[in-house]
Order: sequence, then structure tokens, then C-alpha cells
Amino acid sequence: MRRNTALRIAGIATAGIVLAATAGCSTQGGDGGAVTLDYWLWDDAQLPAYQQCADDFTKANPDITIKISQYGWGEYWTNLATQIAAGSAPDVWVDQPSYYPQFVADKQIEDLQPYIDEDPSAVDFDAYVPGIADVYKIDDARYGLPKDWDTIGLVINKQDAADAGIDDATLQDLTWNPDDGGTFEQVIAKLTVDKSGKHGDEAGFDKNDVAVYGFLPEWADGSQGQNLWGNLAYSNGFTYSDVNPFGTSFHYDSPKLAETIDWIASLADKGYAPSFDTQSTLSRLEVLQSGTGAMTSMGSFNQLMFKDTASDYVFAPLPTGPEGRKSAINGLSDAMYAGGKHKDHAWEWIKYLASSDCQSVVGATGVIFPANADASQASVDARAKLGLDASVFLSYAQEPDGTFLIPITYHGAEMSQIVQDAIQSVALGTSDSQSALSDANAKVNALFE
Amino acid sequence: MTQLGLQRTPARRIQVPRPTRPRGDGRVALFFIAPVLLGFAIFYLYPTIRGFWWSFTDYSLLADPEFVGIDNYVAVLGDSEFWNSMWVTLCYVVLNVGSQTLIALLLAALMHRLTRSVVLRTTLLLPWLVPNVTVGLVWLWLLDTNLGFVNRTLDTMGLDKIGFFTNPMLAIPTISFINTWAFVGYTALLFYAGMLQIPQDTYEAAAIDGAGELRTFFRITLPLLKPILALVLVVSLIGSFQIFDTVAVTTKGGPVNASRVIYYYIYQQAFTYFHMGYAATMAILLVLILGVLTFIQLRLLRASESQLA
Repeated sequence: MRRNTALRIAGIATAGIVLAATAGCSTQGGDGGAVTLDYWLWDDAQLPAYQQCADDFTKANPDITIKISQYGWGEYWTNLATQIAAGSAPDVWVDQPSYYPQFVADKQIEDLQPYIDEDPSAVDFDAYVPGIADVYKIDDARYGLPKDWDTIGLVINKQDAADAGIDDATLQDLTWNPDDGGTFEQVIAKLTVDKSGKHGDEAGFDKNDVAVYGFLPEWADGSQGQNLWGNLAYSNGFTYSDVNPFGTSFHYDSPKLAETIDWIASLADKGYAPSFDTQSTLSRLEVLQSGTGAMTSMGSFNQLMFKDTASDYVFAPLPTGPEGRKSAINGLSDAMYAGGKHKDHAWEWIKYLASSDCQSVVGATGVIFPANADASQASVDARAKLGLDASVFLSYAQEPDGTFLIPITYHGAEMSQIVQDAIQSVALGTSDSQSALSDANAKVNALFE
Repeated sequence: MTQLGLQRTPARRIQVPRPTRPRGDGRVALFFIAPVLLGFAIFYLYPTIRGFWWSFTDYSLLADPEFVGIDNYVAVLGDSEFWNSMWVTLCYVVLNVGSQTLIALLLAALMHRLTRSVVLRTTLLLPWLVPNVTVGLVWLWLLDTNLGFVNRTLDTMGLDKIGFFTNPMLAIPTISFINTWAFVGYTALLFYAGMLQIPQDTYEAAAIDGAGELRTFFRITLPLLKPILALVLVVSLIGSFQIFDTVAVTTKGGPVNASRVIYYYIYQQAFTYFHMGYAATMAILLVLILGVLTFIQLRLLRASESQLA
């Protein structure tokens, strides 16, 4: 009897500890009048800016507290999907064009149009950079309010350019075509230096013993090629699909794309870029900063990475292709969880995030370009103070059709893998571009049947 | 007849106290097992049953599962990516378990016959104590083509750089080698513990009979180690099939699909493409394959029979 009692106590104590641990490890929102909203984002660089917005928001709305959670890009979407499956998704999260259609298809994000109709003065759509708000519009429904936008540019090591005798005016106005690569390829060749100090365009250049590569291409770039190939292919007359957003018939088998991929792959054959199987596993910007690469392409959202070494680098727009100078434009939004318990409070928060009040706070840090046009200018000014010239990222908007919207589709994740595998197999030399891309295109189109 | 009857009675007498004792033990035992049983039911049994159910559904994680019969099974068996990832996994398992077992046996034999230094044994275990993700990252940086120490060394020696993770032919061998490096000490320690169980007098007898070290190893150590060897092989084979973290940290299945092992493919289907039903189907098939492999292995090695008995 005694022993049993002791055992029971031990058992109860164990159960108690387990329960306490369970309770301690889970998070609970407040109840009653005060509401705590969960808000998710992935970029740690943006966290301080949005924390400032949250603090300002709570000051104005004392009954709503914002709890911000940040997860790295790698885990973000997986975490979100599992939280939705568990019924405990955040009330509001930062959303991205290639991922949001899946959430719409599964009815997990709220249409914001009814809230806007009820509160017409809430959002000033005219204040946004043109076109950026429509990324999240499907017919008459609106699945997010615009948050920020980005374009692509080039970053070049200043010393390498000077050593190669390339002046700034040339860098700022490069041309490109898939046949001989234009001045873009000439500059890449000059920037490439072998171990004995010979540049890529000089006689006696040893392509098997390169010290500094002229260009670092991105081969893991999904089905969009936002970081390079998409922009070049688009400037070569390629279009992704019949319509965008929500195309159902794709053009990855276009010869315009194949010749673009062939040109990028040819850089490695000439020794101007690391071959696919000897490229670094680190990011291109890290390799650039290590000095083994002289030039690469980058998104406007990464420019602040160079804030401590601003004087060592030059920023330039992408080259002008046969069809003009084109950059992909991408925009993030804030989405509301359709299964949330405090949707009216969440709307207040989304409305604030989309307002010029919050966006100018974010813009002043220079970390991204807010969707609000004035706040964008504030961001450019903030970067200028750090010695970073951000005007290249804005230059595309000044040309007619200078930007194109990255494709927004269902099955985004699968498409990304299929097209990326095909392009990597070209880079590896295991298949030719036209047949690899035609196969990939057939697989992509089959997803939409 | 009477004799038989007489023989039976004592046997019965011995059995008499039994019914009461086991019953009491059983209750206490159940009590002690209960927490584990509960954990097993919640964290293993229930998810397994759910996974089994999902394998017959179209389930996107975000919307409710929809019953589709055996469609998933038909689709998986016809999916060339599935067979590719099974083949990649098999290559990995053979390379990893093979090299790991051989090196571990060698190390254990050296420890057993040459030195019994505790410091040495602890040192061997060190890589095993490092979390897998850290191991993956450290090797990722060491072997990096542009900035890694290994390739820099090759470069200064005038040799060509090697794309350990970016060359499709090398990705899986590299990952196998990393995990062999991480786990060989642990496996060696298991073998070493098994060797300590072998009676010393058998070695003395062998020495008196004039057997050399090699002969002693093949005639005494290896046969008497068989139960441990079988256990370690089965455990490392199953563990090796579950390779995920190193791939996720280093190659993410690439280049193209050269290192897309089955666990990584299941993960991609479930959490990247949101095909939970399809992923569950592959997981169920993997359970079946692993079950059959384990059965064959235990049979071949006749693991339950020790020659010491």
C-alpha cells in the first residue's frame, strides 16, 4: 500500500512536470479586452523597423499588442504551413508572390476587399509605386496590402574595375545580347584575372587558373530567374507565360530563354565565371566580398550588406538587351489569416502597416524600398547617407516597360524545382538547353492540366 | 502411469505460486511502462496510423484530407524521382555503412589489442558529440570550392579544385564520408564493448597455438562479435536510410537531383509542395522496404545465435 502511494506520488509528480513543461513551452495570447496579435516576418534585418511600427501602433491602440516572430527564409514557409495545419497560424504574416496563391487556393488568407469597402479612406492606393498593389489582386478580391518592392542591379568591385581600365560611364550603360554578350561580356572578360595577372581579354589568359572571376552567376534561381537569367531572357524577348498573374500555359521551351541560358553557361567555359561544379556553396555576395569575384547581380533588398564597405563597390543597372533594359519587380504584402480569432484587430494592424506612417519609419532605415512612393524616396536618401547609390534600382521605373512582374502562379514550389533542375543540368553540361527546357516546360504545363 | 503421475505433481507444485507473483509484477510493470507506453502511443503509434490514413488521401496540409484510394501508391511507383531518390539513398547507405563498419572494426580491434587508453576512446567519440547540423556546416565550409581550406590547400599544391558538393558524381560520396567521420567513433566504441565480452582465455589459447594477429581477428574476434556486428549493422543501416540533416544543410538535394535522398524528397513533397498524402505514401513504402531489409539482414547474420553460448 505504502509503496503504491509512493509510486502514485512519483507518477503524479512526473505527469505534473510534463504538463508544466507543456504549458511553459506553449505561448498564450492575452484575453479579455486586450488582444495580442501574432505577426511573422523572415528578414532579421527588417525586424527593428517593424518593431518600431508595432510599438507606435500599440501606443495609438493600447488594447492591441503585436508579438513579432522572425524565422529565417529557409524555415519560414514550412513553419507557416505546419502552424496553419495545427490551426495556430499567426494573425498576420509577410507574404510573397510565389507563395500566396497556394494559400488562396486553400482558403487560408482573408480577402481584404470587404474591409476596404467598409473603410474606403483606410488605404491610399495612389500613394503606392504604380502596379505594386495589384500583385495580390485576384479578380475583385485582394489578398494583401503592399509592403515593399524590389528590383535587380549589378554590384562591381571598384578596385577590380579600375585595374581593368573600365570607367564608370561604361558600367552604368552596359549592353547585352545572347550572341556575343555585348559590352557586358567585354567588361566581364576584362574583370577576369588569372593567377599570372592576365585579364580575360588578353592573349595568354589561362582560363584554368583564374584568380578573380569577372562574374558570379546564380544557378539556384527557381522558375523565375529573378536574380539574373529571368531579367536577361526578358530583355531578349522571352515571356514566362500566356498571362501573368496566374498563367496556365508556360513558355520555358522558348529559344529566347535557351540562348540566354547558353550564354550564361558559356561564361564558365571561357573561364570568366566559376564552373557550376566548382562554384562556392556560399552566397554570391559573400564570394564577391571575399574578393574572388568582381561582379554579380543583386536585389535592392541586399544593398545594405555593403554599408560598411560602400566605397569599395559600384552599383549599376542591368545591361540593355535586344528588347531594352528590363528588371524583375517583386513586392511583398501583409496577409491576414482567414482562421484568425481577431480579424478586426488584424485589419487595423495591416492597415497601419500599409500606411505612410509605418512605411516611412521603415523607409528611413533604408533597409528596403517601402511600397509607399514617398517612403521609397526616404529609403534611397537613407542609403545615400551611407554612401550607397540606390538610384540604379529606381532607374527601370523611368523607362517604359522597364520592369516586369515576376510570375505569380499556382504550383509555384514545384515549378521552381522543375525549371531550376533543368537549368542546372545545362550548367553542368549534362544536357543541352533546348531539350532540357522543353522537357521542363512539358512538366510545368502538366501541373496545370 | 503412476510414475508419470508422480512426475507431474512436483512440476505442478512448482507452478502453483506462479499465478500470484506474475500478476502482481505485471501490474507494477504496467505502471512503470505506462509513461513510456503513453509516449509511444501519442508520439509513434498515433502519427503512424495517421500517416497510414493520409497515404490514401489527397492532403495539402492546409485543407482537409480527401480520400483517393490507392492513387498515391500508383503515382509513387511510377514517379521516376522517387526511384532516383531510392537509388541515391541506396548508394549513400552502401558507402556510409560500408566504410563506417570497416573503419570502426579496425579502430575497435586496434583499441582492443593495442591500447586501452581512455583519452583515445573519448577522442574518438568527439565528432559524434557534435550536433549533425554543425558537422554539416563545418564540412561545408572546409570543402567549399572558393573559400574552403581543403580546396585552398589543393590549389597551393598545384592541383585542380574539387567541387565536393557541387559535382554530381561527388555529392553523395562526400556526404557519406562526412557521416562516416561523425559516427565511426561511436560505432567503434560499440564494437570495442563487444570485444571486451569475448573471454580473454580464447585469445590466450590462440596465442599458445601460434595464431597471428590477423588470424586471431578473423577466427576469434569476428565470429564471436557476430551478435554485436549484426545489431550495429541493422541499427546503422536503418539510421543511414534516414539521412536528412547533412543533405539539408549542405546540398539541399542538388546538384539537380544527385543527392536528393528519400527523406529529403519526402520532406520536399510534404512541406515544400504541400503534398502530404503523397509524402505519407512514400514514408509507408519506406517502412515496408526497411522492414524487409532488416528481416533479411537478421536472417543472413543469424544474429540471435552467439557462438559464445
